Order: sequence, then structure tokens, then C-alpha cells
Amino acid sequence: MTTVTDEWVKVAEVNKVPPLTGRVVRTKHGDIALFHAGDGNFYAIDNKCPHKGGPLSEGIVHDCHVTCPLHNWVLNLKTGEAEAPDEGKVATYEVKVEDGAVYLKLGGV
Amino acid sequence: MNVHTNSERERLVVIGNGMAGVRAVEEILKLDPQRYAITIIGDEPYENYNRILLSPVLAGENTIEDIILNPADWYEENGIDLIKGVRATAIDRVKREVELADGRRVPYDKLIIATGSRPFILPVPGNDLEGVIGFRDIADVETMLQAAKKYRHAVVIGGGLLGLEAANGLMKNGMEVTVVHLMDTLMERQLDREAGEMLRRSLESRGMKFVMPAKTSEILGDENGRVRAVKLEDGTEIPAELVVMTAGIVPNKEIAEEAGLYCERGIVVNDYLMTYDPRIFAVGECVQHRGVCYGLVAPLYEQARVLANHLAGRGWMTYEGSVTSTKLKVTGIDLFSAGNFLGGNGADELIMKDEKGGVYKKLVIENDKLTGAVLYGDTVDGAWYFQLIREGTDVSEIRNKLLFGQAHLGDSGHGEDSVANLPDDAEICGCNGVCKGEIVTAIKEQGLFTLDEVRKVTKASASCGSCTGLVEQILASVLGGDYSAAPSEKPLCGCTDYTHEQVREAILENGLKSIPDVMRFMEWRTPNGCATCRPALNYYLLCAWPGEYEDDLRSRFINERAHGNIQKDGTYSVVPRMWGGVTTPDELRAIAEVAEKYGAKEVKVTGGQRIDLFGIRKEDLPKIWRDLNKAGMVSGHAYGKALRTVKTCVGSQWCRFGTQDSTGLGIKLEKLTWGSWMPHKFKLGVSGCPRNCAEATIKDFGVVCVDSGYELHVGGNGGIKVRVTDLIAKVETEEEVLEWAAAFIQLYRETAHYLERTAPWIERKGLAWVKERLEDEKNRKALAERFRFSQQFAQVDPWAEMAEKHEDEFKPLAELV
Ligand code: SRM
Ligand SMILES: Cc1cc2nc3c(=O)[nH]c(=O)nc-3n(C[C@H](O)[C@H](O)[C@H](O)COP(=O)(O)OP(=O)(O)OC[C@H]3O[C@@H](n4cnc5c(N)ncnc54)[C@H](O)[C@@H]3O)c2cc1C
Ligand code: SF4
Ligand code: FES
Repeated sequence: MTTVTDEWVKVAEVNKVPPLTGRVVRTKHGDIALFHAGDGNFYAIDNKCPHKGGPLSEGIVHDCHVTCPLHNWVLNLKTGEAEAPDEGKVATYEVKVEDGAVYLKLGGV
Repeated sequence: MNVHTNSERERLVVIGNGMAGVRAVEEILKLDPQRYAITIIGDEPYENYNRILLSPVLAGENTIEDIILNPADWYEENGIDLIKGVRATAIDRVKREVELADGRRVPYDKLIIATGSRPFILPVPGNDLEGVIGFRDIADVETMLQAAKKYRHAVVIGGGLLGLEAANGLMKNGMEVTVVHLMDTLMERQLDREAGEMLRRSLESRGMKFVMPAKTSEILGDENGRVRAVKLEDGTEIPAELVVMTAGIVPNKEIAEEAGLYCERGIVVNDYLMTYDPRIFAVGECVQHRGVCYGLVAPLYEQARVLANHLAGRGWMTYEGSVTSTKLKVTGIDLFSAGNFLGGNGADELIMKDEKGGVYKKLVIENDKLTGAVLYGDTVDGAWYFQLIREGTDVSEIRNKLLFGQAHLGDSGHGEDSVANLPDDAEICGCNGVCKGEIVTAIKEQGLFTLDEVRKVTKASASCGSCTGLVEQILASVLGGDYSAAPSEKPLCGCTDYTHEQVREAILENGLKSIPDVMRFMEWRTPNGCATCRPALNYYLLCAWPGEYEDDLRSRFINERAHGNIQKDGTYSVVPRMWGGVTTPDELRAIAEVAEKYGAKEVKVTGGQRIDLFGIRKEDLPKIWRDLNKAGMVSGHAYGKALRTVKTCVGSQWCRFGTQDSTGLGIKLEKLTWGSWMPHKFKLGVSGCPRNCAEATIKDFGVVCVDSGYELHVGGNGGIKVRVTDLIAKVETEEEVLEWAAAFIQLYRETAHYLERTAPWIERKGLAWVKERLEDEKNRKALAERFRFSQQFAQVDPWAEMAEKHEDEFKPLAELV
């Protein structure tokens, strides 16, 4: 287990999260969903759909979006915002990839 | 997508800033927004507006602002140069330039003529007096509204759809209106005599006057040159300070004709909407296609889609003509007609008439297919009939219920109320809590035309879909004839223009073997699809290449990835298979043990004769599966678009009425079919006698045992919309039952759309079509063989496989503290 600070924290090797999949990173303040999006980048957002709290990490990933598994809201991974007509937003986190590993910056969390 | 710089973009010019031309531009922008530098020339001083809503504007139910479809921003955002309020006067085909009334010349590489049509003005003396107008544009509506303030009497010449809407609107504005009609039936092009009579009586009771059949001979003016009366051939004079001519429309073909393009009644185009000059296309009411000029929006929008497909360089669609339907937009009068409503020529007619209740329905059937419909007073089923007509569905099996409407085919909850009568706060979509008023507002304010658009904007019918029919009716009632239910060529999803069938064909014909291959080959608009197309493609590939295609878990819904049903709190349920609903003390003990060990929050007997364990954490799934595997149990696929359960009754083993071993046969069927991926879930039932305790007649495939053998029933559904099965065959041996089941399932697997259950599939394909393929012994055996072949690869317990290979993926990636 890793200790959370304001710094970048390594969460996994890149190959653990293949393209178009999502995984859960558990923190003591709640789950974060980490995605390997269609554009090749990694994104991290709160793992709680703004609709009714659905686990976004379990949704189908397409381009830079994920479709929530519970009622099909579509969330933008870059902004955390729900696509129209739905309205809502989840927190986003900074992610970087270095030397084949994915790092998360949890900031104030 | 190609990227073009401005200078190398081709110049596309559109003459006519109306409904068809602008829709074609919208469709082109969807397909290839970068391809053209676009200029639209329109002689009206407005942006594109919804012409069909001029009638409600006249009746005071809408305002001009409400009906603008593409505001100025839209042109700007899409880089379109709109030249409005200026008429195009000529096309110079040699220089490839359009000449404008103000002397400007606009060069083009491709040209679309979308000039629409104009009212036919009767060639009688006085037709140019002040106060004599047609009903076509905003200016006409403004003239009418002004006249209504100052004058009392109006005459409308022509008792068709437009005429009656104009007359109704003028009456609403306080005028006394007389309709002069040449024929003895109103709306004779849309209605048969009976419905026309009922319509006339109803309008008369509202105060509208009719003189018919009658021919106008002259229009008389006063000393100021304004109309004062209409004179008929028999000498009668009807006072009128306003005359609206709605006696037909004339395609605006002159600009094409003068440029030497071949025209007849309209500008003649081929199935690609191309004129005789390959650089010049035409679309809309100005067009004549295969001899027909259309005057309703739905077919024009179909034309626009095909045209766009060509101009965007796709080039595979063809326009083959349309069946049209009409609905009169006079509030309080429900009237609908579609197709060949006159019948005749040996066609059968089903008629229902209730004079007092004001309801009349006529359906025309030819060769077991519905070809026409006229509905008066109760148009709830208009959209449904129209769909049956367009899709050419075989209606022989539902013929006796057809007149009573779709609701009488069985429907839980929806469908009884005529949607027009529902109050605005009536909830239409139970899943997303959307009321009628919200849908109506969205359609009007955002200019929505299709079911998909309404789904996108309001979410209504976007979840379980059971209210789709209601939403379609709302669309139809707001838009009138413009709305055409599900277009016959519905694309698979927003990422492509191809239909399910086209995609499946392309996969087989071109040997496409992966999702990216399909997307590349078929030019998907999105880089990796969406949550609608990816699971569909994954299934189509799996079905096409058994044993060869490698299942793409990332394109499966979470339930099929985690092999359990996701719950509202993010936990999962676990349902082990209980073959034919039979279990043993050992199995029950093992279930009890895992329930305790993994802290199941609830243990429930399901509606499918087995046991469901709720509230299991994702990371425990592989462990619980391993334990159940050890006790000999495998996944029940309670989460899959796959074989679910085989419900059985006790049968001849115990029951005093049982005729055959229904339990044993059920188990054999389940052993044959488990594990198979399907377009949607699939359920079987086997009952030991016609008392049918296993409810076999609402299953996808049901067997009812009788003394002499087995009755086979197909296409039942007990869900959102109940459908009772059709009897498809009677056989004598269990082997035959298994063969028919395998063949039926394979036919369904190969030809249904993804997420289409057997019930709607059979309705779409027709029972006769299914029967024909299964009764032919050679074909049946071949289907069954293909099914058995694919089962070799499918019958692997996913639980064992997942627990072994993917256990890690069920755990969090990292735990940070
Ligand atoms: C567990 C069960 C209810 C129960 O407690 O008894 C159930 C539970 C669900 N049903 Fe069902 N259905 C269950 C029997 C039925 C039956 C009865 C039957 O099979 O005899 C029906 C009507 C018969 C039929 O299918 O024709 C039924 C018609 C539906 C429908 C409507 C299907 C339709 O075609 O209209 C849905 C929605 C869908 O599939 O899109 C649905 C969907 C669901 C889902 C999967 C909703 C979802 O997507 O999450 C529910 C999952 C709950 C869970 O977490 O396990 N369930 N569902 C039953 C499981 C049976 C099993 O052993 O596998
Ligand atoms: C009152 C009313 C009610 C209707 N109700 C219905 C209904 O309920 N259902 C239905 O399906 N249909 C209905 N229609 C028909 C529908 O509106 C038309 O079918 C549709 O608008 C035709 O589209 P279009 O683009 O071909 O022509 P238009 O929408 O007429 O567009 C053509 C445009 O080109 C302009 N133009 C013509 N010549 C030139 C030129 N030389 N230079 C520049 N501009 C030019 C015209 O002024 C016009 O703006 C109704 C029509 C009216 C008038
Ligand atoms: S189990 Fe079936 S009927 Fe019950 S709430 Fe869920 S989907 Fe609806
Ligand atoms: S909880 Fe995500 S869509 Fe409902």
C-alpha cells in the first residue's frame, strides 16, 4: 500500500490497464476510476456517477468517454462532465505516464 | 476524415433556403464537415424555418420564433454563407455560376437545386386582385393575420390538407370561412369518402361552411382593386375580402428548365437525386423522382439523406421512393392516412365505423400485407400501421386483431390512452421521468424530427424503450405528416449510416474479423464507437466467426464482463444454473455455504426457477464461482444476452396429467443451448400437458407436450410487452424438438438485430418467413448444424474461465491510504 501525499503517486504499470478499459483505485476518501481512453491517454475521475452513484469504472469506454453501467449517462473523461441532455459533473484528477507506469496526483484529497 | 484547407475545398451552392435543401446540408455536415465551402441562396428574408408549422402559427398555437429551425448562429458556426432575401435568377452551366437578382454571380463546383414549390393559382379573371394569396410562407401567414383584423369574410379555394388548415386558422382568428372545393369529398387525395364525410360534418359543427362540388369562375374586385367576392360557375357569389388558394402546388422547376436541365412536372432526378447534369443535384418538392413529385417532408428528408451520402463521397445509398402518410393538423380533429387507402383491385378492406362515437378506420390488405390505412377520430395506431406498411410485415396472423390496434396485441401498462388526450404532466417515460409536456416543448423548440433526436434531448424512451410507441405518437401529433416513425433504413447507431443488416452482410462478405476492421472498412464516424455499436459488433463478429473471433470483453456490458448482474449499489448478483429448474440437497448446501461465506445480503428464488444471491462484492466473485464450480455448478448466464433459463414443469414423472417427460426434455434442451450468445436474452419452457404450468407459450421457444408428441411454439415474450407464441410445428420425438430448437435459435442468431428479442424479430420478419426456413428439412438441418458447431466454442463455463484467467481484474488496481 502507498501513502497519499500531495505528490504524484504511482498506481500501476501501464500494461495493467489496456486501452478502452477502466479500473478502480481505492483511496480512503472514496474510489477513483482510472481509464485508458481511446485517444491513448489516461484519465482519472471520481468513481461515482453524478446521476445515482453508479460505478463508472465498470462502464464501456469509447474515445474520451465512458458510459455509466447503470443508466447509460455518458461522461467526458477530460472534463468530468455529463453529456447533454444530462447535467452533472464528477471531480477529475491529474494523471501522468512515466517509464511505463501511471501516476496519479490526488491533490487535496 | 479528410482535412481540406479553405482554398482547396469544393464549392457547394444550394438554391433554396428551405426544409429539404438545408436538411441535405445538415446531413452532409454530419458526414464530412470539412469537405465543402457552402453557400445557400434563399429568396425569403429568413433563416430556415419549419414550414409545416405555419398552420399552428396561423391558428395562434405557435409563433414565428418558435418555428425557426436553423438560427443565424447555425449558419455561422458551420461556416455557411447565407445569402437571404435574394432570388437566384439563372444557372450558367458553362461557367458554373449561379446568377442572382442583384447581379451577383456565385461560382459552384456542385449545385443543389432545392427551390420547393409554389401554390397553384387558378387561371381565372381577378386572380391578381389584392387579398388573393396562396398559403406557403411566412409572408402569406402575415397577410392572413392582418386581413383577419380588418375583414370578416374569407374564402378558401381547395379542400385539401392545406386548405382546411388555412380555413381552421382563419376561423380561429375570427373570420367567417367558406371552403370551395371542386370535388365532392374533402381531402380526396388522402381520405376515402366515408372519412371525408365525417371530417366535413365535424368541421361544419365548428362553423366552417362548405360549397362543394363547385368550380370557381371568377374573382370579383371592388373599386380599390381588392377582392370582394368569389363567383362560381353556377353564378353564385360568395362575399370574401380574403381569398386563399390552396388548390395544389407547382414545383419551382423554371430555373432548371431554363438552364436546359430535363424537367417534366418537376426537375427529373435519378436514384441519387442527380439531374441530367452530373454537377447539379435537386432535392425536395421541386423534384420528380420515378414519376412522382412529393409534397410532404418525410420523403424529402429521405431524399436529403441519400443526396448527402453521395455528396459526402460515400456513394452507397439509393433513393427508391417513399410511402407517405398524412395527418391533419387541426387541433381536436384526429385524422391519419397512409399508403393505398382507396383499396380496390382485389384488395381486402377491413372497416370499422362508429358514426356516433365519431370513429372510422379502414385498413387495406393486399397479399397478407397492410398497404393502406385511413383513421378518423382515433389515430393512436397511425404510427404503428404506417410502420407495418413500410416494412411490408406479414399481417396474416394478426389480421383479426389488426383493426383494434397495437394495444390489443398485448401490452403491459402503456397504449390504452390516446396520447393526444393526455395532459401535459402525464408521465410518458417511466424510467427517466419525462412528461408529455417536456417532449412536446422539446420537439417544437428544438426542431426535433426523429425518435433518436427526442431520445437524445429528453431521454424519453432511451432506457427500457417500452414507451417508444407513445413518443412516436407524440412526434406524429406535433409534426403531422412530417413524422415518419422508424425510417426503414435505421442506422445501427449515431456512429454510422449503415443498418444492422448492412453491417452483418459486410462482415460476412468482406471477411471482417475484428471491431476495428469493421469500423475502418465501414468508415465509422467515431474512433472507437459507442456503448451501442460496440456490443452489437462484438456479437455480430462472434456469431459470424465461431471459434475464430476473439471475444472483446471491452465491448461487453459490465454484466457480461463480470458474469453477474450489477446492482444499484455496485455489488453483483450470482445465479448458478439449475438445469431445468431441478436441484439437489448437495447443491442447496453449497449455495447456503457460499451465501454465508461471502456475506450474501439476500437469497431469493427467481422467476426463472433458480436461486439468486445478492450483494456480492466484485472482488469476491472469482472466489464464490470457484466454490460453486467445486460443487458442480456453472454460471446461469442470468446477466447475458444469451440462453437464460429453461423453465419446466414436473411432467409425466409425477403429474397425473403429464403426457411426456417435460423435466427431462427441459434439461436436454438446456444442455444443448446453454452458453450460446444471442442477439438478446433467450428463454425456453417445457410443459408436460396443455395446462402449460411452465408458461411455455410466453417463451422465446416453448414446448407443450401432448399425447402424440410435442407442439413447438416460438416468439413469446412475457416482459414489457407481452406476446403469446406462434405455433410453428408439431413433432413426434425429442430428437426433433432438439433439432427444431437448435435451428430456430440459429436463425434468430443470424438474422435478428442486436437487442431484438424473438418477439419483435418475428413481427418484423413475419412468421411465414421463419416457418418457411425451418420447415425446409435441408435448411433446418443446416441451421441446427451451424448452431451445434458454434456451441463447441461457447459451452465453456465462463465462471471457471474468468476465475482462472482474470481474477486480478476483479480487484482494485491499487489501494492508497
Ligand atoms: C432475478 C429476476 C427477478 C426475480 O427476482 O425473479 C430478474 C431480474 C432482472 N431482470 Fe428480469 N428477472 C427475472 C425474470 C424475468 C422474467 C420471468 C421469466 O423469465 O420467467 C421476465 C419476463 C419473461 C420474459 O423475459 O419474456 C423478465 C423480464 C425482464 C425484462 C423485459 C424483457 C422484455 O423482453 O421485455 C428485462 C429488461 C431487459 O432485458 O432489457 C429484465 C431485466 C432484468 C434485470 C437483469 C435488470 C438489469 O438489467 O439489471 C434484473 C436483474 C436483477 C439482478 O440483479 O439479478 N427482465 N425477467 C429473474 C431472473 C430469472 C433467472 O433465473 O434468470
Ligand atoms: C402551411 C403548410 C403546411 C404544411 N403541412 C405539412 C405537414 O403537416 N406535413 C408535411 O409533411 N408537410 C407539410 N407541408 C409541406 C412541407 O412544408 C413541404 O413539403 C416542404 O417545406 C418542402 O421543402 P422544400 O425544401 O422542397 O421547399 P421549401 O421548404 O418551400 O423551400 C424552398 C425554398 O426555396 C426558395 N426559393 C424558391 N426559388 C428560389 C430561387 N430561385 N432563389 C432563391 N430561393 C428560392 C423558396 O422561397 C423557399 O424558401 C406543409 C406546407 C405548408 C405550406
Ligand atoms: S427485477 Fe425486473 S421487474 Fe424487478 S425492478 Fe428489476 S427489472 Fe424491474
Ligand atoms: S448512476 Fe450513472 S447513469 Fe444512473
